This record gives sequence, structure tokens and C-alpha cells, in this order.
Amino acid sequence: MNAIAKDKVFIAFQTNDETRSIVEAIEADNREAIVIRYPAMVKIEMPGRLVIRRETIEDLIGRAYDLRELNLNLISLSGNIEESDDEFVLYWNQH
Amino acid sequence: MNVDIKTTAVTQIRQTFSHVARQLGGDKPASRYQEATIGMQPMVNFHYRPLWQPEMEVYDVRRTKLVMRDWYTFKDPRQFYYGTYTIARSRQQETMERNLEFVDKRGLLRDLPEALRAKLIFTLVPLRHAEWGANTNNCYMTAYGFGVAITQATMFHSMDRLGLAQYLSRIGLSLDGNSGDSLAEGKRLWLEDPAWQGIRRLIENMMVCEDWFELFVAQNLVLDGLLQPLIFQNFEQGFAKAHGPALSLVTEFSNNWFDETSRWVDATIKTAVGESPANAELVQQWIADWRLAAREALAPYAAAVFVDAADDEVSSVEAVLDNRLTKLGLKAKAAA
Amino acid sequence: MNMPTNPQKPAKKLSLKENYSHLTRGLGWDTSYQPMDKVFPQDKFEGIKIHDWDKWEDPFRLTMDAYWKYQGEKEKKLYAIVDAFQQNNGQFNVTDARYINTLKLFLTGVSPLEYAAHRGFAMAGRNFRGTSARIAAQMQAIDELRHAQTQAHTISHYNKFFNGLHDYTHMHDRVWYLSVPKSYFEDAMSAGPFEFVTAISFSFEYVLTNLLFMPFMSGAAYNGDMATVTFGFSAQSDESRHMTLGLEVVKFILEQDPGNVPIVQKWLDKWFWRGYRLLALVSMMMDYMLPKRVMSWAEAWEMYFEQNGGALFNDLTRYGIRMPKYHEVASMEKHRLSHETWATFYNYTHAAAFHTWVPEESEMKWLSEKYPTTFDKLYRPRFEHWREQQAKGERFYNGTLPMLCQLCQIPMFFTEPDDPTKICYRETTYRDEKFHFCSDGCKDIFDNEPEKYIHSWLPVHQIYQGNCFRPGTDPTAPGFDPLAEVLQYYGFHVGEDGGEYLGSPDAKNWKAWTGKPAVSE
Repeated sequence: MNAIAKDKVFIAFQTNDETRSIVEAIEADNREAIVIRYPAMVKIEMPGRLVIRRETIEDLIGRAYDLRELNLNLISLSGNIEESDDEFVLYWNQH
Repeated sequence: MNVDIKTTAVTQIRQTFSHVARQLGGDKPASRYQEATIGMQPMVNFHYRPLWQPEMEVYDVRRTKLVMRDWYTFKDPRQFYYGTYTIARSRQQETMERNLEFVDKRGLLRDLPEALRAKLIFTLVPLRHAEWGANTNNCYMTAYGFGVAITQATMFHSMDRLGLAQYLSRIGLSLDGNSGDSLAEGKRLWLEDPAWQGIRRLIENMMVCEDWFELFVAQNLVLDGLLQPLIFQNFEQGFAKAHGPALSLVTEFSNNWFDETSRWVDATIKTAVGESPANAELVQQWIADWRLAAREALAPYAAAVFVDAADDEVSSVEAVLDNRLTKLGLKAKAAA
Repeated sequence: MNMPTNPQKPAKKLSLKENYSHLTRGLGWDTSYQPMDKVFPQDKFEGIKIHDWDKWEDPFRLTMDAYWKYQGEKEKKLYAIVDAFQQNNGQFNVTDARYINTLKLFLTGVSPLEYAAHRGFAMAGRNFRGTSARIAAQMQAIDELRHAQTQAHTISHYNKFFNGLHDYTHMHDRVWYLSVPKSYFEDAMSAGPFEFVTAISFSFEYVLTNLLFMPFMSGAAYNGDMATVTFGFSAQSDESRHMTLGLEVVKFILEQDPGNVPIVQKWLDKWFWRGYRLLALVSMMMDYMLPKRVMSWAEAWEMYFEQNGGALFNDLTRYGIRMPKYHEVASMEKHRLSHETWATFYNYTHAAAFHTWVPEESEMKWLSEKYPTTFDKLYRPRFEHWREQQAKGERFYNGTLPMLCQLCQIPMFFTEPDDPTKICYRETTYRDEKFHFCSDGCKDIFDNEPEKYIHSWLPVHQIYQGNCFRPGTDPTAPGFDPLAEVLQYYGFHVGEDGGEYLGSPDAKNWKAWTGKPAVSE
């Protein structure tokens, strides 16, 4: 299985004011992220690995942020999850 | 989009779902509690024999000896469905979070004299395992019980017990400065200390009780009816009188919770025994059996916690339970 | 005795992970007054070996206080929107009343599964030996109750204005096509706890749920149904936790013992096919029932199964897991599934609790574009014929009872994987009795566990055996009409709940109440 494009992970949120900053933070931290906007939903795809950083979100919203708050607006995701106080990571193990 | 609705021409064609209307005795507006509860569980035409119990259906009334003509006679006086339940608990957890933070920041538990800290760890921390046992038992009732009216409330009760176990763990962490040493000590006490073995044995016996309504009686009425007030009223009040309100702040939830949930437990028992003399006799016998076992289980624990006052303290919570049973039309001094 | 010493200094701050671990990990204990195998009697008989429950990883480390906080917040938001929706007669903002039929399918077919999931996860939450695994299952158990209840509360308002929704739990227990979802879930619940979580958490939630919820919820958004979008997306925020549980549970089982791999692979094969067959109902919803379409079934299958599912199974190859058996058949069928399904319901809609109709010309154009290799050639002529018949006042209804697949319980209308003009029949003989199947996938599942599947409650068989009449019905009475009696037993209001959409009470009310046409332009 060599020379294949990296499998994509994705995460989807409800479209609202809270997730606007989250999406902005994801775009800042993941250069190759593709943002797709649907009615009421925004989906972000990323080859291989996507990271959401607490600090980036906090800089954008100007308050302390607990990554568990992501749970409030999350619609769906795909990939293995690794979670700490500072980062929420989605990834596929590549071959 | 501008919708021009000729509202005068609009008449509702019905007030509620047909399965709810049948229960209410006619098509009339139903509450959210009713629409969330009545008839939600499958009743007939089951497909396969459970591999884990081939003699029964997936949902089966025969998993308890209690007999009800209609399992939706049960009502939760709090009218909890998921939304009202979580919204109520989210308010309570805000208060608890503030209290725990207040106590922790000031080291109100951590900085108590050594002997008092040891006393609190001994009395309270192993209880987290008992709460986990209560979670397990209520989860069993939820899994194998019959009718949403009762199984949704046991589901909430099950999660409450996990919450209580975690608040007790937080008290432990507040006592040991977040090292977790008190939790390790608490588990050792739970597994080894003679004072705790009666309670542990009782809970393990409940964990293999197959009749889910008997288990409801044993856990939620009998054991909780004695142990919860013993700790969260008698012990807590005595401690507060002698050493100030720090402990009361961090047990506030448990305290209110017992009052709130007792109303539901009592309503459930009342409905069950009111159904038939056979049910009343059955429940009476379960109470008698489990109360005898509970009394035996609590004795060494009460002796260790209250020393000379143990008999008085146990009698006082027995009186509280007797009082409840009398109100439910049950014999109080069973198995005396 | 090693009594912890008084630290006399500020407490160190705990990370979420440490906090979670302190609050949950040590709660359980090895019982000694009762044997562990008696306390946990169900977690060994399936042959799954677990050596170390502590290796379980919780992806979302929710303690109860955090759970109450976040879920309470979600509920407050959700009910505020539902209240506003009801006060503003939001039900009249949808595209047209055909759309409501997707809600009928959802409430009668899917919401009861949420309830079943609640009970199934309560069983798993009782039966696993590992504390963290049980907590994860319990949280899902209470979440699923949430979904069943918020769906009832949201759709309750539609029930006050439209037909077909009014007796949904009663119908779920009885109606022929609703035995498809009902039997699916009871199959999982009647298995052991490991198969249950593999079936529901992994195969359904992780692999297939996007195909159920994303189309329904995006469909609701496209068609102006804000209430459904709201409960749907709010439920999905829990679903993300459930999906993650699904992946973790399967990885955990696979890592614990090499002997677990073939057992899990067999379950993945079975539950992929079971779930895929169930989704046939979703395929027709997407392609035919939404007045404004989001994407076609084939596109959704490509995106959510072939791409995302493909990535997932690539990830799992390191455990020796391969793609589920017959996934290639599902992909071969993607250009016909919705058409074959809708055509069948068009035939039998008088015995269903939702309406069907012939697609409008503009909709057939859309179908031709989305299905260039199949629609015009195989399906359009049939719909045009039915449209002509309808114009002549001869709306076609099929008066016979269909033969059902013994396994998935769907009528035998699926075609051969390599020939879309030939109905696919398979059969097997077990204990001198013949059993019929719609596919190799269904036949394989039966052959692996025949003792289980001979107990299927097959609606058509049950009708023939006289088990689908109300108590007191006399089938020997003069003028006895079996079909009419069965519909009574189902709880249908005949002439309101099912049949052709055009001219139905729903269509008439819609025109009278909104002044808009029954079929939107």
C-alpha cells in the first residue's frame, strides 16, 4: 500500500458563533485543512492528522477554554483520538 | 422565507400520541414527562432468545416476582426525564464545584489535625466503593427491569451513584492534597478492614441478586435508608458541631440527594405494594430479609465510627426508616 | 498501616487525565464474598479473552459532574429551540408535506432503536468486568435515553398536525417493515456484551451512523425543519463520543488476545451486512422522500463508507482485520438500492404508516443525473407507467403479501449483484425446513447461527399464522378482510396514515393551512 495519498481524518461541528473560533483555530494550526460549509454544519478534512490546540482557541476567544467544551458542538468525527489538557488530536496510523 | 399561515384555519388533529392517550384515558394534552415515558419500551413480538438467558425474552416481566397489571402505574414524583434530570443535576454540580473549590483552596480538610483526617478517610473514603456497588445494582435494574416509568429513574439513580462515588473521591483528594493516597488507603480499608467487611459482603450479595425489584428494595430502600442518613446526617452533623462546617460543604449534594431520591423510592414502593396483597407480602418479606442482613452489616462499621454512641446512632436511623415504612403502609418493626 | 501523612501544603493541580483516573479507575474491586464469575456472569461465554482491563483507554474522560454540566447545557439549548419552534408553528416552514414522511420513517423506525440502545448499553454497563468500560457503556446508555426522549418531544409537535406518527412505539412492535430495525437491535441485545458493543458501537455507530444521521439531519436543514436539525445535531454531539467508544472498544478487544481477532472479524462481517441492509430505508429517504435533496445515496456511500470506512479499515489492518465481507456487493448495489426500495414501498404503501408518490419530472431529472447508468434504463419507465396509471385513476397497490428474507426481514426485492434485472434468491435447509434469503450476506449470517435465526418473528409468516389480529377477532366471520384486520392490529388509521400522498389528508391539510401546493415547485 505505498504511494497512496494519506487517508483523511475529519471533524464536523454545528455552525454557530462558538465554532467560528474553533474552526479558525483549526485552520491556523493545520495548514492543509479543507473547510467545507453545509447548511447548519461545517466539516473540516485533513490528511493523516488534525490537531486542535487549546491555546490557539483561547487566543481567539479571549478566555480560558476547556477542550471538553468541543463536545457541545461536535457533530461527527473520524480517526483515532488522542486527548490531553492542551490538545485534541485526530489521526490515522499510516502504512 | 415568509410563510403566510392562515392560523385561524389550523386545528390540531390530535393532542398527543395514541399510546399516551390510551394510558391517559383519552386524547388530551400530555406532559413532557408522560410523552418521554409511557409506552416507550417494546412490549411484544420479540425476535430471538437471548444467548445469555434463553428461557426469557429480551424484555420480560418474569425477571421479578413482583406482578403488576400495568408497569406504567409507577410514577416518579420528580417527573424526571433526561432533560429535567440533567438540568437539575447541572445546577447542583455548580454549587458542589464552588463548595469543593472553597474547601480545597483553603485547605479546610487537608489541614485538619491528623487524627481527624484519618477519621474522615476511614469513615467516608471507602464509601466510594459502596456507591459504585449501588451504581452496579441500579444499572442491573435498568438493564433487566420492566417499563420506562421505573427503568429510566433507575438509570438516573445509577448515574447519581457514580456521581456520589466521584464526589467522595474528591473529598479524599481534598484530604490528601491530590496525591491519591487516601483513595488507596480507602480501598485497602474496603477490602481488608473488619469494620467495612459487613457492608462489602452485603453489597456483593446484592450484586448476585437476580430479582431486580428485590434488588431495588434491598439497595435503594433498605441499605440506603440506613447507611445514607447514618453518614450524611448523623455523622456529618456530629462532625460539624465539633469541628465546623467544612465537611458539610462537601457533602451537601449527598445530603439533599437522599431527601430528593427517597421521595421517588417511597412512591415506587407504595405503588408496588398497593397493587395487590401478594405484592405487599413479597415486598414485606424482602424488607425483612435485607434489613436483618443490613443491620448485621452496619454494626461493626457503626461501632468503629461512633464507638460508644453506635447503638444510639443506629437506632436513630432505624427509626427514620421505620417512619418511612409506616407511611407506606408497611410493617415497621419487621424481623425484630 | 500506611496512613497518608498530612501534606500541609497547597494541593498540586491534577490534569484531566489524572483527575479522571483518580475518580474512576479504582472504584471497582475483585469481589471475594461472591465469586467474580457469578457477579459478572456474561463476559466470558462469547470466547473473548481479556487479560487486563486496565489497558482500556477512555477517549472522552468525562466525570459525572462534567457530564451533568455539559449535557444540562445542551438540554437547555435544545428545549428552548423546541419551545420556540412550537410557538411559531415551525412545522409549516418545511418544503412541503411530503417531507414529513421522512419524520414518520424516523420516528417509527429509528427512535425506538435509540430506546433499545439505552437498554442494551445498560446491560453492557452492568456486565463488563472493567470499571472504565462499564462507565463508558453507562454514559452511552443514558445518552441513548436522551435521544429517544428528545426525538419524542420534538416530533410530538408534528404529530399534532400530521398523520402516521401517532402510535409509533405500538407500530414498531408490530408493523412488517419495522421488524427490520427491531430485529436488528434485538439481534444485538440478545447476543453477549462484547458482540453487542462491536455491533452497535463499532459497526453501527462508527462505520455506518454517518450514513443515517448526516443525511437525515442535513435533509432536515435543507427542507426547513429546524426542530429536527436541532435535536439531530445535539444528539450527534453525543454520537461523537459513542463513535469513539466504538473504535476504542474494538482496538481494546483486538489488543488483548490474538484469539479475539477471528471472533471480531466474524462479528464485523455480520454487523456490516446487517447494518447495510437496514440502511436501505435511508437510501430511499435520501433519493425519493426529501423534496429538496442533499446528496444521493450513492454519493453518501462513497463519502462515508468507501472513503471514511476505507481509511478506518486501513488503520485496523495492523491488527489483522480486513474490510467486512460483501462490502464490494454493497458498492455494486449503490446505483440501484434506493430505486428498488422506493418502488417496493410504492407498491405496499397502503400497508405502511407513511405516504409514497411518483417522483416529479424535475426529480426524475435529478435521479437521471445522479444515476446515469441505471435510472433512465431500469427505473424511469416503471415510474412513468405508474404515473400514467395514476392519471387514469388506477393507482397501483400490490394486494399480495411479499416473501421476506429470514434474516434482514426485508421483502425479497434486491437484485443479483451482477444483474440488476434479476431478483436475488438464496436458500438454506436447516432441520428439514427451508429458509429464504435476499443475499449471500444474509444467508451466511443465518448459516453461522441457525438456532438463533429460526426464532425470527417474521411479520408475513405471523400474519398467515393468525397472530396479527386484535384479541377477539374472528377470522371465520363472514366477510372477514384479513388485510384490514392486520392494519387495525398495527394501530393504523386506514385512509390517513398510509397510501398515496396526493389526495391524502396530510396533503389536503397542508394546502388548506399554508396555502402552498402539496408538492413544492
